[in-house]
Amino acid sequence: MTNPTPQPPSAAPHGTPRLTLRGIRKVYPSVVANDGIDLTVQPGEIHAVLGENGAGKSTLMKIIYGVTRQTEGEIEWEGKTVEVESPAHARSLGIGMVFQHFSLFETLNVTQNVALALPGKPDLRALAKQIEEVSQRYGLPVDPRRMVHALSVGERQRVEIIRCLLQNPRLLIMDEPTSVLTPQAVRKLFETLRQLAAEGCSILYISHKLDEIQELCHTATVLRAGKVTGSCTPSQETPASMARLMIGKDLPVCEHGAASAGGEVRLRLAGLSHASEDPFGTDLKDIHLDVRSGEIVGIAGVSGNGQQELLYAISGEEPLAEKFPVQICGIEAGRMPPDQRRSAGMGFVPEERLGRGAVPRMSLAENALLTAHTGAGLLRSGLINFGAMEKFSTECIAAYNVKCGGPGAEAKSLSGGNLQKYIMGREIMQAPKVLVVAQPTWGVDVGAAAFIRQSLIELRNRGTAILVISEELDELFEISDRIAVIANGRLSPTKPAAETNVEEIGVWMSGMWPGAAGVEEVSHAA
Amino acid sequence: MEANLITSMLFATVVAGTPLVIVALGLLVSEKSGVLNLGAEGMMAMGAIAAFAVTHETGSPWLGVLAGMGAGMVMSFLFGILVLSLMANQVASGLALSIFGVGLSAFVGKPFESVALAAVPPIRLPFLADIPVIGPALYNQQALVYFSWALMWAVVWFLYRSRAGLVLRAVGEAPASAHSIGYPVIRIRYLATLFGGAMAGIGGAFLSVFYTPLWVEGMVAGRGWIALALVVFATWRPLRVMVGAYLFGGVMIAQLFVQGSGLEIDMPSQVLSSLPYWATIVVLVIISRNAATIRLNAPVSLGQPYRADT
Repeated sequence: MTNPTPQPPSAAPHGTPRLTLRGIRKVYPSVVANDGIDLTVQPGEIHAVLGENGAGKSTLMKIIYGVTRQTEGEIEWEGKTVEVESPAHARSLGIGMVFQHFSLFETLNVTQNVALALPGKPDLRALAKQIEEVSQRYGLPVDPRRMVHALSVGERQRVEIIRCLLQNPRLLIMDEPTSVLTPQAVRKLFETLRQLAAEGCSILYISHKLDEIQELCHTATVLRAGKVTGSCTPSQETPASMARLMIGKDLPVCEHGAASAGGEVRLRLAGLSHASEDPFGTDLKDIHLDVRSGEIVGIAGVSGNGQQELLYAISGEEPLAEKFPVQICGIEAGRMPPDQRRSAGMGFVPEERLGRGAVPRMSLAENALLTAHTGAGLLRSGLINFGAMEKFSTECIAAYNVKCGGPGAEAKSLSGGNLQKYIMGREIMQAPKVLVVAQPTWGVDVGAAAFIRQSLIELRNRGTAILVISEELDELFEISDRIAVIANGRLSPTKPAAETNVEEIGVWMSGMWPGAAGVEEVSHAA
Repeated sequence: MEANLITSMLFATVVAGTPLVIVALGLLVSEKSGVLNLGAEGMMAMGAIAAFAVTHETGSPWLGVLAGMGAGMVMSFLFGILVLSLMANQVASGLALSIFGVGLSAFVGKPFESVALAAVPPIRLPFLADIPVIGPALYNQQALVYFSWALMWAVVWFLYRSRAGLVLRAVGEAPASAHSIGYPVIRIRYLATLFGGAMAGIGGAFLSVFYTPLWVEGMVAGRGWIALALVVFATWRPLRVMVGAYLFGGVMIAQLFVQGSGLEIDMPSQVLSSLPYWATIVVLVIISRNAATIRLNAPVSLGQPYRADT
């Protein structure tokens, strides 16, 4: 490796920008991810990079951090032109990065994870002490002896941040840091970041959440389709004006009428308990929930608290030991495999679109067949009715405004938003009595997300019982009639969405709802 | 008489298990970095013939071991070029390497067919070898037996105590993360693969120069495959690999004793001969079936090519 000697912090004369990008262009074989991007970050500045999924934010950060190289353009670091050759080189320059998908090693403990990122051979015991010091100084509580796989997502993020801080970075890149945090944890993170900025560290903050950027960032650069569409001072803008820069039009709003009260119970979870097959998974504990015809029930929670296990238990991907805990339209379905549950009237949309929701290398029409074979009558005496399959798929593409190369296009050739629209369409067109959806708009652009939410609301209005499991609180408040929270495998009571707020749900997300085990002691201590 | 029998069985068990210990530990290190090399059988065969030929020509078994090691490394380097530089499928390339090695060793070994070498005398460790019963079995052994014990502790120390081992495990666990914090994933995997090849070569050399100082085509006899299985069923833990190897050796020797003793057993000899293979696997599966241990010790990226995003 060719690591130039790191420059001392004093090398930058006052007034020199810490980082300047000029005309950065990155071409991948099929797509131009960045096109002529200019950006300047001053010392001690919190600079937002705002854009939708696929706007090229992550690619740009990877270029700055040396994970990948730009095709054209130049990077200037503290007044000197540099070629960032590798992440190691970036770190020696003083650039640290906290990834959206963490780059931690699950089978190692916190200290070992941090040690791996430091140059030389740190003494592990001294390092553990250092970790504790930094974690206290910046309010990032972490036990250095714990194994990473046993940590919550929020704790893992703290480990990543501490790992960066131990290298005394002068530029910290944060890639969508708040998507895994409760609202309270977000506030703590912001305090840490402000403290860092006050000490002179520059921060590049990547996000698509406008309110966060307004609260935290000094300046913002907005990207759309790989190009800079504007830069602004977030505190002087409105979310609507920044949204216009980000998506090129006004933010779409969902129309949400009142729920028709008192429908019949379509999905009942009656004391659902299930030990996860994954040793690092979450066990579900005594979950009770009714979802009625004509309502949307939202389940909030920090990721990794049992959402995935709950979905598998409801969909039948992991059949239960008993019949009664899952009841679909009155049928005890706990031991049924997924196809029988579908016949009983349930549809589901899993979180992973490619691999669970759709087979990546199959055409859209074939993917329709996979779940709609009986629900939409695509079979004729046991054989595939190709005409009907084609027609079903074409209708779905038209009705749900899916941009694609027709029913013959491979599922993996579609963008996340378009594929999700297609999968939602496929399920909705089978007119399910119950629909269970996980992360309906994860990684979907704003326009498609609004369309998907609107489709869910329309389906509800036609009388379907809908259960939405999501980590996006804003989304749940937008579409849900009632909200519950899952924390550590337990489900809170539900509360009408109109009678609660983000604050309260945020507290519940850490497992502290009234009546939850352990809450009494906490309130006594406080 | 009784004690003599125990001593000689113990002695034979250790000898039979030693090539597996050496080869499996090499494979373990390579797999911990994420490289699945199914070519162990071929690398052992090439190590065996190279060692045999050099020993035969020079008369020095130590030059032979070096040659065996070199042959194993050359084979694993070929494998490395295929799967690490050219991103070929590891399973298919490994199978090809196995077939290639076994075939080439038979071809190169034609002139040596059924030639015998002088037996290499064992090394007697003073005092230890005087312990009754186990002394003569364990401490009057070939040098490579002592080497295999040292190797075991060296691998344990390397993987779990040294920084380099930590990096190696990190690469096997999450190559993309290791790259993103600045480690040269491909180079580390090359080194681990070469180490695996070197150990496979030494294991082969042990077979042809020390164990049965004789060259016979196909003398590796599936030991490369058993070594691969040992690593998996021992959930990538060095101590269990060693236990498994000696278990295999022990059952192998026990069934040979039974077959040789002339006892009337109502069982075809083929069933007895297959005993060590399935007994080892059954026992290891039973002691290692805990899902959490597997998850904690199995290298997550095993067998997956890694391409740095450029």
